[in-house]
Amino acid sequence: MEKFGFALSKARVIDYDANDRAIADYILEREPSFGACIECGGCSATCTTGNFTGFSLREIHILLKRGENEQVRKKIRKCMLCGKCSLVCPRGVNTRNVVFLARQAFQKEEDYAV
Amino acid sequence: MPDMTGSIVVIGGGTAGMEAAGQLAKAGLSVTLIEKEKDMGGHLKDWYHLFPDRRSSDEVLVYLNDQVAHENVKLLAGETVSGFHKKGHGFIVNTGSGEALNADAILMATGFDLFRSERKEEYGYGIYDNVITSADLEKMFRNRELKLKGGGKPERIGIVHCVGSRDEKVGNLYCSKLCCVTAVKQAIELKKNLSDCRVFCFYMDMRMGGALYEELYREAQEKHGIGFIRGKVSEVGVTIDNKLVVKVEDTLVGRPLKMELDMLVLMAGMEMSEEGIKLAEAGKLNRGENRFFAPADHHFGSNKSNVKGIFYAGACTAPMNITETISHARGAVTDIINYLRSIKK
Repeated sequence: MEKFGFALSKARVIDYDANDRAIADYILEREPSFGACIECGGCSATCTTGNFTGFSLREIHILLKRGENEQVRKKIRKCMLCGKCSLVCPRGVNTRNVVFLARQAFQKEEDYAV
Repeated sequence: MPDMTGSIVVIGGGTAGMEAAGQLAKAGLSVTLIEKEKDMGGHLKDWYHLFPDRRSSDEVLVYLNDQVAHENVKLLAGETVSGFHKKGHGFIVNTGSGEALNADAILMATGFDLFRSERKEEYGYGIYDNVITSADLEKMFRNRELKLKGGGKPERIGIVHCVGSRDEKVGNLYCSKLCCVTAVKQAIELKKNLSDCRVFCFYMDMRMGGALYEELYREAQEKHGIGFIRGKVSEVGVTIDNKLVVKVEDTLVGRPLKMELDMLVLMAGMEMSEEGIKLAEAGKLNRGENRFFAPADHHFGSNKSNVKGIFYAGACTAPMNITETISHARGAVTDIINYLRSIKK
């Protein structure tokens, strides 16, 4: 049989129902200010890491809230926890703690994975 | 209403106070209108063109001056209120110069103060020459001296929304509501004055909720080519040749963005006036978390205070535009008339 080189493309929709928002829930429970983000990008604009790598705390916020965890798992390690973002945030989000809790959640997930 | 009698002290001679004083006078009441500055008119005196139709603010001033040019209105300009207390059904209002005025009711029309932009130190107001506020720009338009400090025409101008509004860091959680449309209006005005300049608005959300605001926004895009970049400016610096540099995340692209500018205009938000705060404390008037006077009821008592006989009009209760302020002042007049009828039965 002739091979045509076609394959099924994976849908690029955010599958909100299938996605797992456990990481976001873990953070929100321990750091309620996580819920107050309005995606203004002040944190990302001031971020030293974000100026040199693909790290954007604003993007990480929204990805976690949508359950797009795999995109965050590696990226979140780039943060140096300097806390400059928390000085800028107009909503008073404890951004540094958000990063810390996200890492903790991913770590726990990996530790207990079967 | 030929049978109305009574005397009202209106504190604050801006848009709200002048409109209310005129309407109360027409209803037959004697009004004393107290203004701390030597001229009536409040902030309106400093503005150039008003949104949404770029009408000259002087036209509104002419209207308001006509309103108060009534035999029942006594103007006390350059005068302050040192305090007031209850006496019978009414009040005694003490002025800074030692007068004691009898009043059946008091109307607070103490307005707002502009947010002091130097408090957002990271934006460089008072540090860098060509970082100015929306109020400074109005003055430049009014005086026909739109130029850079040290001369020259600005070719690239940035406008920062939400300066002192929606910002937990300065203690103002509320939206000042008028800065978005002011930014759009001023951007268009800049293009009309300097056709070669490029103007960029840095915004978090475009709040275009008022009459004809959205149309003005569209006009800014279609006719004037104003750029809109979604992101909160985190800091402002300067280059070696004295150009301003803004740092922002272009949140719709998802990457940090930097841009060199000749001039940066900060959209200063509105705060409860210091005079209003003093009077609130002196008269035990309730204030909200946003520090403005808290109306007795948000739906049907927006002109009433927690003290019988004391009423509110205009931006001393919340950020308001001129149209809303005039309507709110008229609402206060209705409440005052009903109140006087109820105590004189």
